[in-house]
Amino acid sequence: MTPLQLTHCTATSCLGSGLAATLAALEQARGGLSPCDFETVELQTYIGEVAGIDAIRLPPHLQRFDCRNNRLAQLGLVQDDFDRAVRAAAERFGPGRIGVYLGTSTSGILTTEIAYRHLDAGSGALPAGFDYAGSHNAFSVADFVGRLFELTGPAAAVCTACSSSAKVFAAAQRMIAADQIDAAIVGGVDSLCLTTLYGFHSLQLTSPAPCRPFDLARDGLSIGEAAAFALLERAPARLDPEAIMLLGAGESSDAHHMSSPRPDGAGARSAMQAALAAGGLAPGDVDYINLHGTGTPSNDQAESRAVTALFGNATPCSSTKGATGHTLGAAGALEAVICALALQAGLMPGGLNRRQRDPQLELNYLTENRRGPLRRVLSNSFGFGGANCALLFGRAA
Amino acid sequence: MSTLTGCIQGLGLLGPGLADWSAARAVLSDETPYVALRTVLPLPDVLPPAERRRAGRIIKIALAVGAEAVARAQADARMLPTVFTSSGGDGDNCHEICAALASHERLISPTRFHNSVHNAAAGYWTIAHGCTAGSTSLCAGDASFAAGLLEALAQLACGAPAVLLLAYDADYPQPLRAKRPIPDAFGTALLLTPAGPAAALPRLQIGLSAAPAATMANAELESLRRSIPAARSLPLLERLAMGRSGTVVLDYLERARLAVEVFA
Repeated sequence: MTPLQLTHCTATSCLGSGLAATLAALEQARGGLSPCDFETVELQTYIGEVAGIDAIRLPPHLQRFDCRNNRLAQLGLVQDDFDRAVRAAAERFGPGRIGVYLGTSTSGILTTEIAYRHLDAGSGALPAGFDYAGSHNAFSVADFVGRLFELTGPAAAVCTACSSSAKVFAAAQRMIAADQIDAAIVGGVDSLCLTTLYGFHSLQLTSPAPCRPFDLARDGLSIGEAAAFALLERAPARLDPEAIMLLGAGESSDAHHMSSPRPDGAGARSAMQAALAAGGLAPGDVDYINLHGTGTPSNDQAESRAVTALFGNATPCSSTKGATGHTLGAAGALEAVICALALQAGLMPGGLNRRQRDPQLELNYLTENRRGPLRRVLSNSFGFGGANCALLFGRAA
Repeated sequence: MSTLTGCIQGLGLLGPGLADWSAARAVLSDETPYVALRTVLPLPDVLPPAERRRAGRIIKIALAVGAEAVARAQADARMLPTVFTSSGGDGDNCHEICAALASHERLISPTRFHNSVHNAAAGYWTIAHGCTAGSTSLCAGDASFAAGLLEALAQLACGAPAVLLLAYDADYPQPLRAKRPIPDAFGTALLLTPAGPAAALPRLQIGLSAAPAATMANAELESLRRSIPAARSLPLLERLAMGRSGTVVLDYLERARLAVEVFA
């Protein structure tokens, strides 16, 4: 594929709002997980909650989109002047030539969960103010963002669970390559809700402690929330050497099980292979891998097999979910932005909370930050239903 | 802007009173009258027994229309990239989860939880057919069919040798039904291949349009078109059923429609 430039990006997670706060947390090896006190949830687990969402107000004409997920989107969009960059792009290309491709897994389901506590005693009806399309429907966040910037180009939510906002990069890249659009807002927004907290708990996949990806005693994930965005455009003829590029995207399906990965990691491996092939690169060209690394016993095992089968055990890699939690439908975009920061800062973030190495996980897992020039990095995202995606990013020079 | 194009190798359809593409073709080409009946969803025999028990209505309709399109094209599903698109997921399952979370116990089963993801149908499809190719699952609300068609044809433009597009929706139970009144399940699948000089017909060519969307002359079919997002495909399917070339405009987003030129 022809590389595309990430002309702007931003991330908001439990590490903080915006790139500077995110990078500072990574540089200081500071995580954002805290004991779960979300809403009325009574579970012994940790969460990565974004501060200040409740105080966010959507513009008056978009009030029908009001829900935690779209408030988080709004908070994320105004960081790092990302909103200004989108408006400038709309001016430059025209509002019909900018696509909106956003990943989410649960959209504004929290609003529905709460509304179900307030059904009409007689009829069983949902409260009158409940707006299905504005909050519940998965398209809500992409619709909201498109309307916020008055864009008229193609738009869709990509909903492949935990790989949703990695696959948006592939979807937008195809639409740009096919000359349907000149630029795209890509990203992911997923917010805390009871469905995922109680759901992952039912699968016994949440850890009672902060998650410990790739630790010998890892015992599950910590759920987080995030809004992360990038503006994807064709690269100009003369590129700033510091420019961050999307070099390749690879997708595959496990065809194995709804909620657990193929133990041999074959699906994950073929997604990584496809990303390398799209970028015309070999495994040795990759300087760092940001792992999916959720911290569940089977996920990390399968990913370790996949990575070592393709890369051997020398390539430095880590999971940043020990710091951010697993932000589900936002994880692909959040970790894409972390990869962009890593490339810019020459920083390979060490994975937090790994105390003891698991001898069965043979990859070169970093537990402390490492500095060094990075040219190309890979980011893995794997979702329920066996939906795999790997993204390859690099510096222009 | 370059146009996106593709050839239709196989079609699948299932909806109220429309048992498969053959039945739908007869109705849409005015050979037989339309009789509205509740959609009959077949058991997904292609699934292993454990998954078959867990499959809800949304999974059944997706698997049924996909299998019909693949069978008509005599294609191999194993290496076939897929684009799943629907306005919602499994409505019954969603209702059960929300009801459980509003209760004191808050117990939801692992199966309910993994079936709650929007890409559950894609997961079951890939498991059923041993399909390891890339798959995406889109939602664009009422615009989901057109969004899926754009994505599928963009995949062909980027070199995919074939793409299976599956568009489907199923109804919610109350109380969500009152807020999202989808009356029944409807699905369609198109197996698309690149349009070359020697390519088969029918061929599609699409582009964004400001023109108003086409409607169905038959009031009951028009009601389906308006009430089920996946049935926004009906004007295109009608043209394909009649084997008639020309342009048909489909509903897409509020501020853009999709013009589809059909070469029958």
